[in-house]
Amino acid sequence: MWQRIRLEPSRFALHFAVLFIVALWTFPTAGLLVSSLRDKDQIAASGWWTALSTSEQSSQARTKGNADQVEKDGRFVIAGNLFEGDSAHSSLSAWGTNVNKPGANLPGATAELGSGQTLTVNADGSYEWGSATAFPDERGRRVFYVSSVPPRFTAENYETVLFSEGIGRSFVNSLTVTIPATIIPILIAAFAAYALAWMKLPGRGFIIAVIVGLLVVPLQMSLIPLLKLYNATGFLSKTYLGIWLAHTGFGLPFAIYLLRSYVAGLPKDLIESAQVDGANDFKIFRRIILPLSFPALASFAIFQFLWVWNDLLVAIVFLGSGEDQLVLTGRLNSLLGSRGGNWEILTASAFITIIVPLIVFFSLQRYFVRGLLAGSVKGG
Amino acid sequence: MLEQLVSALVTVVLGVGGCLAYFYGSNILLDRLFPASASNDMAAVRNLKIQSSVRPWLFLGPALILLTVYLIYPVFQTIWLSFHDKAGTSFVGTANYSWAFNDSQFRQSIFNNFLWLLVVPAACTFFGLVIAVLTDRIWWGGLAKSLIFLPLAISFVGASVIWKFVYDYRGEGQEQIGILNALIVWFGGDPQVWISLPFWNNFFLMVILIWIQTGFATVILGAALRGVPEDTLEAATIDGAGPFKIFWRIMVPQIMPTIIVVWTTITVLVLKVFDIVLTMTNGQWDTQVLANLMFDWMFRGGGDFGRGAAIAIVIMLAVLPIMIWNIRQANAEQKGGH
Repeated sequence: MWQRIRLEPSRFALHFAVLFIVALWTFPTAGLLVSSLRDKDQIAASGWWTALSTSEQSSQARTKGNADQVEKDGRFVIAGNLFEGDSAHSSLSAWGTNVNKPGANLPGATAELGSGQTLTVNADGSYEWGSATAFPDERGRRVFYVSSVPPRFTAENYETVLFSEGIGRSFVNSLTVTIPATIIPILIAAFAAYALAWMKLPGRGFIIAVIVGLLVVPLQMSLIPLLKLYNATGFLSKTYLGIWLAHTGFGLPFAIYLLRSYVAGLPKDLIESAQVDGANDFKIFRRIILPLSFPALASFAIFQFLWVWNDLLVAIVFLGSGEDQLVLTGRLNSLLGSRGGNWEILTASAFITIIVPLIVFFSLQRYFVRGLLAGSVKGG
Repeated sequence: MLEQLVSALVTVVLGVGGCLAYFYGSNILLDRLFPASASNDMAAVRNLKIQSSVRPWLFLGPALILLTVYLIYPVFQTIWLSFHDKAGTSFVGTANYSWAFNDSQFRQSIFNNFLWLLVVPAACTFFGLVIAVLTDRIWWGGLAKSLIFLPLAISFVGASVIWKFVYDYRGEGQEQIGILNALIVWFGGDPQVWISLPFWNNFFLMVILIWIQTGFATVILGAALRGVPEDTLEAATIDGAGPFKIFWRIMVPQIMPTIIVVWTTITVLVLKVFDIVLTMTNGQWDTQVLANLMFDWMFRGGGDFGRGAAIAIVIMLAVLPIMIWNIRQANAEQKGGH
């Protein structure tokens, strides 16, 4: 093997180089995953790579007003907690009452506010605001503070996008598009592949040449005529049937090409002896070809599944943009427009759209790679 | 939600069931109409003959019909439409083409597509080769390859979100949450709005496709590299050739056919690139490409099918040489081998 030939530079440099490349390739996705699990204020305040460290945040809060004052030892006191109702903050590191000097005082210190008023704020956010005379104002006083926020991970973003941003619904729509658009072409292509590999028919070579040619015809060539055709027929326009057939049509050249080269490689004896036994082609196909072609069928199924699930163009041209038809890629695209800066929404949505392909990909990688190799090394 | 799941399930069953029903039904019908076990031998032989001449077309039929409707007919229709007006009713000669070559957006798209064609296939092939060679020589190479391969499963839209986040920009002085700008600031530079930086923004979009497609190149080139005979490599080492010489003089020429396949496959993909541009910039800031421009004209102002078709034809013309080459290869293979 090639790796047994000793090549310097040193092994260390080699490991380091590969590690660097892998990091380069995985970092972007890692950022998406980490961000989707972070608190949404934290996503906006600091980079995802700092997700594990405590971050400093400047904020402000208002104390309670005179309605809550109590008289204690001849002084009037309003007490409470600045962090009230906000559990994310844990520790206050500095505070002030002037917007220009938000970090003027340390926690626990007492500030003189003039006219006999004092304010003490502690690290846990609790405060005590005292005065010699009764507080006249209904509204409390603004307090500025710097707090350190511990990292917070949450599934809230996922809840939000699944149930109120329509991602859950689109997930079902995507499945509705993808499953038949994967199975139908497999069936059709498998029959066609068998016919082209083993059955006697005139013009076989020509049909194969046409299919090879169609492999690279850009989708763009089909869009306008099909859009016109769909609009004219009506029943295909903006329906699931319409998009299944479209994906089937577009996927067929590759499917037939891939399956034919596999089926043609099956042992001839097997098929001939079945013919001698009196089996007709339909029976041979069902009993022999289909079971034996499983690896090739699986390869194509993965391809088609990924291609349909990840497709945006065909979906936005042939399917509607209504609630009950918008697929995940289309939804993500529209969220990019409407929720451009809301990274908690975008990252969680994007992760949901990519998780299914990633699972399929990792669990069936063997078949996927085999299909890739068969598809490109053999013929091109 | 439940209601939709049920209706989705029903449609799925109907769609797949209908397809199955055709194949079973038509084959059974053929067997019934022309039974092979007919009463007299003459009839049986005749029926078998009919069966074997009809059945291939039953098998091929749906495929041929779908290919014709979804790919072959549209090719001719698009050619026809490209010589007609907006609605496809009156003949306008080459007006759509002369419009295109005078349109600044179209020229921009051609220029950008050229850039993409120059950079993306080359970069993918190069990185693919390097990664294939490097990962082949370490014990955790398989895992490394899987991770580099992973983006291939991610949709272009998903990848765009991922990279938009990488390129995210905050005003100067604010904390950068996009990793690229954070790095720039950390090294003492000024943060940039990467995707609206004229000319260079094209490259930031290309990075996304390179990131996705390198895994593809790695896998295929890796398999080809493993097919390079060990003897050749050993002989070269004995002759005193260094690693770079072995790589460029022996390995690369040996797997040249595979390199061409990878290169052309990615070239075809690049010509059709659409989702990335649509989601990242929608062609703004001089990043327009042909596929996105065509999509734009399909729907802009109610849709101009003539201009859209003309742009599609331009894409098709660019693919044509590859298509012809592929067909010739396939024909040669058929005559030679099986």
